[in-house]
Amino acid sequence: MQPPDDAAVAGAAGVAPVGVIPPGAAPSGGEVTTHGAPGNLALHDFLHNKRAMGGCGVVLLLILFCFVGPLIYRTNQTTVNLGLSNQPPGPGNPLGTDEYGIDILGRLMVGGQSSLELGFSVAIASTVIGALYGAISGMIGGFVDAFLMRIVDTLLAVPTFILLLIVSSMFTLNLTAIIVILTVLSWPYVCRLVRAQVLSLRTREFVQASTAMGSTRLRILVRHMLPNTFNIFIVTTTFAVADSIYALSALSFLGLGPPPPFADWGTMLTTGVNDLFDSYPWEVYPALIILVVTILAFRQIGDALNDIASSRSSVR
Amino acid sequence: MTWYLVRRIGQSVAVVIGVMILTFILVHLEPGSTAKAVLGLKATPARIALFDNTYGLNRPLPVQFWLYCDHVLHGNFGVSYTAGQPVSSLIAQRLPRDAVLLGASTLLALIIGVPMGLYQALHHGTVRDDVVAGTWFTLYSAPDFMEALLLIAIFSVHFHILQPNFPGGITSVGGLFGDLNAMVLPVVVLAINSVAGFSQYMRSSAIEELAQDYIRTARAKGVRQRVIFTRHLLRNAVLPIVTILGLSLPDIVAGAVIAEAIFNFPGMGLLFWQSALSHDFPVMLGATLIIGVATVLGNLVADVAYGILDPRIRHAAT
Repeated sequence: MQPPDDAAVAGAAGVAPVGVIPPGAAPSGGEVTTHGAPGNLALHDFLHNKRAMGGCGVVLLLILFCFVGPLIYRTNQTTVNLGLSNQPPGPGNPLGTDEYGIDILGRLMVGGQSSLELGFSVAIASTVIGALYGAISGMIGGFVDAFLMRIVDTLLAVPTFILLLIVSSMFTLNLTAIIVILTVLSWPYVCRLVRAQVLSLRTREFVQASTAMGSTRLRILVRHMLPNTFNIFIVTTTFAVADSIYALSALSFLGLGPPPPFADWGTMLTTGVNDLFDSYPWEVYPALIILVVTILAFRQIGDALNDIASSRSSVR
Repeated sequence: MTWYLVRRIGQSVAVVIGVMILTFILVHLEPGSTAKAVLGLKATPARIALFDNTYGLNRPLPVQFWLYCDHVLHGNFGVSYTAGQPVSSLIAQRLPRDAVLLGASTLLALIIGVPMGLYQALHHGTVRDDVVAGTWFTLYSAPDFMEALLLIAIFSVHFHILQPNFPGGITSVGGLFGDLNAMVLPVVVLAINSVAGFSQYMRSSAIEELAQDYIRTARAKGVRQRVIFTRHLLRNAVLPIVTILGLSLPDIVAGAVIAEAIFNFPGMGLLFWQSALSHDFPVMLGATLIIGVATVLGNLVADVAYGILDPRIRHAAT
């Protein structure tokens, strides 16, 4: 299986090889950075991990379904057609229609676009911000670090969802606004983990050697700190995708999500839920299943990556 | 240890101040005026001026913040715009109920999650491990509001065994116990979402401990398998759960907002959701502050407890 995700992962893992030192193994002598081998090993582990590959396969199918699907399966997703409302699955509407007469299969595709866009944007943005902030804070240390970390602690002290509720009760949010807010609320998680790793890396011989050879802080950050924290933040990144998709659906459920013309799986669930106790099950279950499958797929990838990272650091 | 404690408490105080600043900033992000949001668009200028004056909204922001801090330190969280009651008494009514709800669900989650994690660790890498993990992962990944509604559909609408929501008008903590039937679904829904976390941490912690020398020593000297599990493995592997309990508090609280909204449980979550819908800022501020302080305290207690329980931890660098 060679989905584009794998290429992305391969590219990313290609960055990793710079001295992925297992914490237990004390490096002997000065020769610590091994270009190529450890990163390739991680990639090898990843490619041979059934859960990771299964998850990637599902994510690829989802991307195809949501972004290529509407090009092939064309439906009317903009105008209300009450004559067609609440149609059961049948010819013309493979999964039936909702209360506004909109085709559910088509709506799943359009709704998936916003869910996936949200998940990926939040995950990437919060990872970049969190990793840089955490690494820089950990490298500077001292008073600045203490101050920067209290900001992070403050954001972590209040549950993400509570803050999201407060903001969405004030503004009518669109997708971009939700992406920004979720990013602001998610990066501290990445930051904490990366900083902890940087603190332990700071005392390692290869970093000290690099400092002794006159490397600038920027070089140490880019060449040593970030690559060696990669296996930590890649896990949080995949979990962040799942968490953001869930947060959007929960927000829509509580009636504080983006207003109607906006489509996402959470909103579909919410409108469908009113019909859960009636006899229109097709308005609830497709969205529920695709939402669970998506979240599950990203969590499986994250969990598999976590297993790979921890087995590589403890076994050897 | 003493120095560590002092530093940790200092950090916690800083974070509590941070949370106060954060909630204060958030509330003043509100577009338009609070008076209009609460009194409606047709409010006369005189009414608005009176409202602003009553709640101190016409003072400069730093002064408002200073007054807010002063009030909070005296146990005064302001007055709810909609209920007209002091926020502190609204919250004080609800906190004990949440302690009951969250305590019961966390206990249930631990009772299921810890043995499950151990079981997975002992069968690590086999089909049994995958089946258990897969089942809980699926339940964990399903949105909790959907699980809640499906459970209502099954147990309340179809079988008529359990009450779908709390009757209104429960005023005391004891009232909750009068309605044990209505407690079942909220507790179960909240527990489902914590079990996966607990069992996964338990699993990885137990796998780590199984590889330790002391387990091998115990095996080598012929200690029975059952004794190894209960005496050696369980005691050491359950340690990280202590930390996780402290850290998972925000998640538990956030989950409670949704569960309480669905089951009409008269706790902080329901209060928070209702005030979010009605722009009742003093209540949101107060609730957020309480949740923030509870989280900070939870983390502090977890850290200290971990240090006491595990003598190997020497808190060198944090």
